[in-house]
Amino acid sequence: MKVTLSWLQEFAPFPSDDPVALGDVMSDLGMAVETIERVGEGLDGIIVAKVLALRPHPDANKIQLVDVDCGDGEPLQICCGAFNMSVGDLVPLATLGTVMPDGMEIARRKMRGEWSNGMLCSGRELGLGDDHSGIYILDSSLSLGTPIATALSIVPDVIFDLDITPNRPDAFSVAGVARDLAARLGLPFAIPTQTVSTSPAQQTAKVTIQDPDLCGRFHLRLIENIKVEPSPRWIADRLVAAGMRPINNVVDASNYVMLELGQPNHTYDADKVSDGTFAIRWANEGETIETLDGQVRTLTGHRDGVITNSKNEPIGIAGVMGGASTEISESTTRVFLECAWWQPLAIARSSKFMGLRSEASARFERGTDPEMVDFAAQRFVSLLPGAVLTELSITEDGQLPERLPIAVRPARVNQLLGTSIATDTMKALLEPIGFAIETTGESFTAIAPSFRPDVTTETDVIEEIARHFGYSKITPKLSTSTQIGHLTDRQQKRRALREIAIGLGFHEAMPLPFLAPEDMANCGLNDEVITLTNPLAAEESVLRTSLRPGLLRAVAFNESHRSFAVQLFEIGKVFRRPTTATPLPDEREHFAIISAASDSRELARTLAVLGTTLGYDISIDQSRPPQGLHPGRSGMLCVGSVVVGQIGEVDPAVIEAFGLSERVNWLELDLDTLLALPASEHRYRAISRYPSSDMDFAFDVPEEVSAAQLAQALRLAAGELCVRCELFDVFRFPNGRRSLAYRLRFQSTERTLTDEDLTSARQAVLAAASALSVNLREN
Amino acid sequence: MTDDLKQLQTDFSQRIAEAASVADLRAVESELLGKKGALTQLKRTLGDLDAEQRKQMGAALNEAKNALEAAIETRGQQLRKAELAAQIAAEKTDLTEFLSVPARGTRHLVTQTWDHLVDVFVGMGFTVAEGPEVESDWYNFEALNIPAAHPARGMWDTLYVDYGEPETVLLRTHTSPVQIRVMTDQPPPIYSVMPGRVYRRDTADASHMPVFHQIEGLVVDRGISFADLAGTLEAFTSAYFGGAIHSRLRPSYFPFTEPSAEYDINCLFCQGDGCRTCGQTGWLELGGCGMVHPNVLRNVGLDAEEWSGFAFGFGLDRLALMRHGVDDIREMYTGDVRFLEQFPS
Repeated sequence: MKVTLSWLQEFAPFPSDDPVALGDVMSDLGMAVETIERVGEGLDGIIVAKVLALRPHPDANKIQLVDVDCGDGEPLQICCGAFNMSVGDLVPLATLGTVMPDGMEIARRKMRGEWSNGMLCSGRELGLGDDHSGIYILDSSLSLGTPIATALSIVPDVIFDLDITPNRPDAFSVAGVARDLAARLGLPFAIPTQTVSTSPAQQTAKVTIQDPDLCGRFHLRLIENIKVEPSPRWIADRLVAAGMRPINNVVDASNYVMLELGQPNHTYDADKVSDGTFAIRWANEGETIETLDGQVRTLTGHRDGVITNSKNEPIGIAGVMGGASTEISESTTRVFLECAWWQPLAIARSSKFMGLRSEASARFERGTDPEMVDFAAQRFVSLLPGAVLTELSITEDGQLPERLPIAVRPARVNQLLGTSIATDTMKALLEPIGFAIETTGESFTAIAPSFRPDVTTETDVIEEIARHFGYSKITPKLSTSTQIGHLTDRQQKRRALREIAIGLGFHEAMPLPFLAPEDMANCGLNDEVITLTNPLAAEESVLRTSLRPGLLRAVAFNESHRSFAVQLFEIGKVFRRPTTATPLPDEREHFAIISAASDSRELARTLAVLGTTLGYDISIDQSRPPQGLHPGRSGMLCVGSVVVGQIGEVDPAVIEAFGLSERVNWLELDLDTLLALPASEHRYRAISRYPSSDMDFAFDVPEEVSAAQLAQALRLAAGELCVRCELFDVFRFPNGRRSLAYRLRFQSTERTLTDEDLTSARQAVLAAASALSVNLREN
Repeated sequence: MTDDLKQLQTDFSQRIAEAASVADLRAVESELLGKKGALTQLKRTLGDLDAEQRKQMGAALNEAKNALEAAIETRGQQLRKAELAAQIAAEKTDLTEFLSVPARGTRHLVTQTWDHLVDVFVGMGFTVAEGPEVESDWYNFEALNIPAAHPARGMWDTLYVDYGEPETVLLRTHTSPVQIRVMTDQPPPIYSVMPGRVYRRDTADASHMPVFHQIEGLVVDRGISFADLAGTLEAFTSAYFGGAIHSRLRPSYFPFTEPSAEYDINCLFCQGDGCRTCGQTGWLELGGCGMVHPNVLRNVGLDAEEWSGFAFGFGLDRLALMRHGVDDIREMYTGDVRFLEQFPS
């Protein structure tokens, strides 16, 4: 919300000399200053001049020569790019030496061979609005040579743009900001009283609140002798400074009152509600109304509120927007003015679901001051010279929130804040911001002012005390934790996984967990997905069930930027529909590696490193190729019979769907499943002092028998004396057969091995191989 | 025979001196001293001599043998030295002539920041808690004192999913629901931080992503005050940002804390003098904090008179961006290796 210093000064004598310091105080009170803008400065040297003649520039057609008189009768030649003025018009002239608000200095210069002795100004150049389409034409009654600031009664001002939090309805008005600020600075605060006389009304009116849970107070006034016309400059200027557009004097007065006092209000053309009958009720389901913006809106029963006429037709949506049928026009002379208090939650719901947010609804939904209605109505009339406030004044009440005394325990205040503020100081902090204090022994009670509906509990009052005491005056105290800080097992394992992946040359990526609907199918995955009901874009509407689509996209992104052989990893959540009914989806943490640099066997070696470090014996089951992976080069990852992930080359069809040129390999582990399994604990094994013996076997191995399967059989057969079993050579014959060479190391921790030990081990190994139809290579 | 010995000594002395390599020298040595070597054979003829001659000749032979052995040793040392020098000269290698293969990957900037923050808080005696990213309305809003239609709901643009009843299951808009989970799962005292991924219905631009990260802190114990909150944040600030950077608290509003505050730190770029990054204020707005609202304590079944606490939270991505001068948050999420490899860790 924007407030100007001059407007604030109508309520308390704030100093003008240091707006930045004043802004700091506002921020320290919780009204955060976002920007401070100075206006009406830098106008020294700009004066009123009269156009004497307009001549074409001999050598340019986008500028013309203007002869002006600054009051001394001497014509002065100016080159000007605007053509909107006529001979005899009064215009603002920036004389030589003037420094414009943007810092530009006006100097005598030649433009295409013609001298220009100053500059004629647009409205924007003067800081008077946004108009830059032509020169700002001045009122013809002004005298030549008068400084523009004097001629237009421009006073330098400061605009503070404040970020008002939702719990401060009072600060949604100039008066409210001034009250808070004056209290902190110890300055006297007062809302100027106004005397508006009333005259007898020629008609009657009737207000009925049918639904008191919708409307807490409805105040109606009849104002006559209205003449719709443009607002005076000072009102228009203030609205512009506050960020609103001046419309006409009636609309502007309405907005002015809302900005100043925080009381939104609405005017009805009294001749369009001629019997003066107003009723307030919840809307009926499906009821329609044409609103001020020309739209026909369909209302929802018991969600939207309406103001109706004698025919029970809606003529306004409560607290949100008025109806078109009673809108004031150029010819309006009499208006009914409504100042109401609406149930905040009702307005919040109504404006949210209708998608209609206005300055008025924003104030009503935070809670306005029900005691302000009558004062606001008088203020409205005072802004319309000539308008007559009639004696017709109706105030009907529905349900208004009760303002009960709140018990405040000074000990509790100091306990919660960690302070030692004296009780009297607490009271002195609360009273200037409108609290009514009553002392009750050691404690006291506080009744919140009507403009602070947010304050209903002791804690609310404590926050007010802290705010006006000043957060910066509360001495920080280092609370010592009574707990031992540590990472959980999962958090440590996650760090270990990252270390391994990084050590092996993988970069950590974090693709978004959102997918396009076709990504799953493109990936060869057919899991049932969870979808966003209100996505920003269809490409980001599906929650991933696998890390694969995101990382494939990342590799594709890299390829398209000529980064090839990329190796990435990710640890992130995937989301599945659970098979049994649970309050939340099945959310799991996965770890995945994608590599455009290595083949699927190398990735299997990476898997072995991961398994060893984490303490799991992870096997690859190639009999079950996972979805979306090359059926001949992939498998499920298992610990025992539990599936913990997948490994393999990405299916060529998927590669094509993602527009990749490289072959890509994939490894994904479901950490929630894997890490829930018991891990081996890396127990110490005694290191033998006896000599070891190695035995090499080169087998002729058919493709049906996997290298791991054979190794496992050999190791099992070799018995406890076998301490190591390694595949150390792979050779393929021209006929397609393959030879796998294994080296087995034998060693005892208790004795030197004998020839018999080795011979029997050798026989057992060969027998085990033979059982798998694997024989020694003949050569 | 004396002549023979003299001749032998002369011949071999010359051959030893002329040996061009250690191998050559070994050959000469073998020809001289081996089983069938010249000197060995000469020695065998001693038996044909009479005793006196044998004694004289034996002494002469020994003398010659010692002299030749010494010559072999000397020449051997010379040759070995020369050969080592030749080998070293021949083995000169350009150590910069290796192929560019990336040796080590990198942790993501978000992870680096996450781990750094967590480490500081663990050092301050905090445990680290986590929770689901898809949350129920209860944990994300209701329990945090944000009932439906509360105006404060407008502070978060929420993404909902097609699970359960409409608009009851959502992508968490902040890490605060983990506070509720921690307080529900364990009795106080609680000293925990809760880092995590959060979601907003926000169009991506240079400073916004629909997915980003926060870290939240929660302390619930007896006698915890606003002064403890200020002290904890000040201690964290200097531990994480360095001793020259300080914190301040300003009044603000969050439905789940009261009193509530904004948590600012001295601008990291100008140290408080005022610059473009901090909008000339000298301060950077880091996050929100406050005393846990009594309604929140009640919602998890805690007696708000017996227990009090504070909570704080701030964005993690912005810290990562600021520390490294990254000016577009979107760069962190494309997986572009040209970006990732700039931050080795």
